[in-house]
Amino acid sequence: MENIRFDLMTALPEIFILSMAMVILIADLFLKNNNRIAIYALAQITLLGAAYITFSTHAPSVTYAFTGTFVDDAMSDVLKLMIYLGTSLILLYSRQYLQQRDMFRGEFYALVLFSVVGMMIMVSGQNMLTLYIGLELLSLSLYALVALDRDNAKATEAAMKYFVLGALASGMLLYGMSMVYGMTGSLNITDINMSLMSEPKIHTVLVLGLVFIVAGLAFKLGAVPFQMWMPDVYEGSPTAVTLLISSVPKLAAFAFIIRMLVQALPSLAADWQQMLMIMAVLSIVIGNITAIAQTNLKRMLAYSTISHVGFILYGLMSASMNGFVYALFYVVSYVLMTLAGFGIILLLSRKGFEADQLNDLKGLNQRSPWHAFLMLIVMFSMAGVPPTLGFYAKFSVLQAALEAGYLWLVVFAVLMAVIGAFYYLRVIKLMYFDEPTDHSPITAPLDMRIVLGVNALALLVLGMMPQGLMELCIYAITRSLS
Amino acid sequence: MVDYFSLDYFLKHILSFAIWVPVLSGVFLLFTADENKPDNTRWLALIGGLVSFLVTIPLYTHFNFMDGGFQFQEGFSWIPSFNINYHLGVDGIAIPLILLTSFTTVIVIIAAWEVIQKRVAQYMACFLIMSGLMIGVFSALDAILYYVFWEAMLIPMFLVIGIWGGPNRVYATIKFFLYTLLGSLLMLVAFIYLHMQTASFEVIDFHRVTLPLNVQILIFLAFFTAFAVKIPMWPVHTWLPDAHVEAPTGGSVVLAAIALKLGGYSFLRFAMPIAPDAAHHLSGYMIALSLIAIVYIALVALVQKDMKKLIAYSSISHMGFVTLGFFIFNNLGLEGAIVQMVSHGFISAAMFLCVGVLYERVHSRQIESYGGVANTMPTFAAFAVLFAMANSGLPGTSGFVGEFMVILGAIEANFWYAFLASFTLIFGAAYTLWMVKRVFYGEIANSHVAALKDINQRELLILSTLAVMVLALGIYPQPLTDMTNATVTQLLSQLAQSKLPTGFTSGL
Repeated sequence: MENIRFDLMTALPEIFILSMAMVILIADLFLKNNNRIAIYALAQITLLGAAYITFSTHAPSVTYAFTGTFVDDAMSDVLKLMIYLGTSLILLYSRQYLQQRDMFRGEFYALVLFSVVGMMIMVSGQNMLTLYIGLELLSLSLYALVALDRDNAKATEAAMKYFVLGALASGMLLYGMSMVYGMTGSLNITDINMSLMSEPKIHTVLVLGLVFIVAGLAFKLGAVPFQMWMPDVYEGSPTAVTLLISSVPKLAAFAFIIRMLVQALPSLAADWQQMLMIMAVLSIVIGNITAIAQTNLKRMLAYSTISHVGFILYGLMSASMNGFVYALFYVVSYVLMTLAGFGIILLLSRKGFEADQLNDLKGLNQRSPWHAFLMLIVMFSMAGVPPTLGFYAKFSVLQAALEAGYLWLVVFAVLMAVIGAFYYLRVIKLMYFDEPTDHSPITAPLDMRIVLGVNALALLVLGMMPQGLMELCIYAITRSLS
Repeated sequence: MVDYFSLDYFLKHILSFAIWVPVLSGVFLLFTADENKPDNTRWLALIGGLVSFLVTIPLYTHFNFMDGGFQFQEGFSWIPSFNINYHLGVDGIAIPLILLTSFTTVIVIIAAWEVIQKRVAQYMACFLIMSGLMIGVFSALDAILYYVFWEAMLIPMFLVIGIWGGPNRVYATIKFFLYTLLGSLLMLVAFIYLHMQTASFEVIDFHRVTLPLNVQILIFLAFFTAFAVKIPMWPVHTWLPDAHVEAPTGGSVVLAAIALKLGGYSFLRFAMPIAPDAAHHLSGYMIALSLIAIVYIALVALVQKDMKKLIAYSSISHMGFVTLGFFIFNNLGLEGAIVQMVSHGFISAAMFLCVGVLYERVHSRQIESYGGVANTMPTFAAFAVLFAMANSGLPGTSGFVGEFMVILGAIEANFWYAFLASFTLIFGAAYTLWMVKRVFYGEIANSHVAALKDINQRELLILSTLAVMVLALGIYPQPLTDMTNATVTQLLSQLAQSKLPTGFTSGL
């Protein structure tokens, strides 16, 4: 009895959010359209409450629950807090957008919260099946969210593509897991590691399994050559959902990779390092070069994401403590940048107008110098120009890769970063050097403007003082991986 | 208890003041400016610029002329996880350039007074912020801090050319940004590599570390791509004429007067002391590139039809003297190169301002649109001819001192270097004076020229200030050479010491 109580307490944040998602689904039935704002408030309160629970029960030690299938360590807590924060910003940025498009419904909030639970399980999973269940919960919620705007043909097509390819990736992942299970006789992360350390196994079978696992993970992360779904899904989804897909799930995917590759399969490091290396280089090339040809801002950001994933993989492939810390730092920076970037698109869109073409940014400096300035920070941060956070993100992963001996890959990456700078500069060119074609005032609500301002300025402030964030990442990784 | 208002506190943190006063006044301007009252903005910017200039004066008055090391040092640990420190300090090479920077910013603000009518606050703020960032580049003693300033200054310059520039500004500014970014990122890789060797980003530690020759050569080449683009050296100079032609007058002035010096200064601060053996090893190539810039680019300048382009090519040619002075490794050459940097700062600023004066009235930079300007603008013509003479290296102007010293230094090294370099005295005079002849002398060419009004009080003020500086430095360069002397001697002895690991014979 005491054991169950302990298990439940460890998973309290997950249980809380899940219950609240149910409450929201039921409450939605009893609410009239003009009272829907209560649902929004309830969702925000849920995230706040979960943050409180996670924060107050936080301990730097590692705690296992549910017979070792679930873990609560520093990394999981830090990542969960980031996920709450990111999701809360997503809900805030997308409120008006949803209201104007008749998507401001309980389902949206319930599905977002389900996806949050999925991410949390991915972050805390200590067993291959737990991890897989978390991933599926996240993915299924996202498929439904993409198709939320039922009458939109483009969104439906995107959802179908996403679902078919996502199911394929899940299948591959599961197949790879089954091979590892076959060789080690365990699903548990710690046991797999122990088993691989203690006695020799048939290397070929393990590597075959590893290939499938890495492929499945790469699909979820969006690394080349498993990136095909991203531009279409980004473009087709309602921007509010694109914002969700492109941001916080990367935190969960990062945790998934750490659990699978670093905690379960460190003895295969030499093999997965090579795989990650190939994907990292290809992602940076394809992401940066293809982005130049885009005219749709959401598609451009999709390719930009692919190149960022390449840089994250640069950190991971170094397979050193520093490399993991810096990769986490990059992921967090990336999430902050993406939230602000899509936040600006949501800010500029209004009823019947999506603001998702590059040309929609034309002359923004004349329409609203402040928001143009915020977008300027976001773009320079994505390009990795100091004094923004994006610079330290790139700087740190390149440092890790150089320390691991990948000198020429680092030189290659910086050359690609120059190509990447071009399309970010083009956005700034449109905002600052061109005349506006659209003079309508910006109608976003005040709370969104303030928070978006803080979000974008944080990129600048953290770019000047990255120490705090860096220490948080060091804390999360070293406490969990030693 | 620290007394924040004492002179002592100020002197201890003078470099921070020199960096952050202009940056913060620029930011302040952005937030307080009222688009409907541009005059208030202009005055505020001028006050900000003047205060920033005054703050840098004590660097000269409180400088210890005997000490060749770093002075006015200050710092604290900035990002401990990366071993990055906020460490500032200057030597005799950096201070003249810092003073040049804060001085030029004031000139640029005054020069923009009536010319810039749209988005005045953003324009002024860009220049103030850029000024602070460039002073940061000159005073950073931590490689990453230096890099942050170096890159950050691209952002305001990118906007200045892109927003207030000419018709082809987008092409020019993106080219400028990408060229510079490419070089700097390779430099960043070199910094990270050096950090692996020293576990520190301190410039002083970088100076001490021993490196085998092949590593030194790679590091030198990484720095070379960053600095050669900035200076710019032939053949990576092509961004400069484009950027100059499209930039507004203020942008051209800052580019020519200061931004180019960032590259020259960085050679002395990073590339040469960190990889001295590579610098010696490759000095033949560097001298060859410098001589090509001096002779070939001067010939290119000769055929230009656009005045700004002509001055841009003339800048590249003059900066060739700077790199030539660096790589002949003697006292005279190095000091001459530094004098040449400062002098070129004044002369090129003045030349671009002169073109700006004409452009504002006629809206053409083509030489053929003018003729006989001296008849309608006698005062202006007098100034323009003075600066043209200085540009072609007339004795008595600052242009002569630096070039003469470098040529003398080059004779010490190799007669033929000096022989080729002295061609500039012919070609420089040819392209400058020919331009002056076509623009200022002869009959009044057309109705635009006939309608020209002579310069007003404001233009008189900035041109006469610059004229005084050009003449003062030409007649009495002693204060400048005194300042650089100790540092140059120390730098040369540092460069003469091999940094190869002991027992190491051949690198490649």
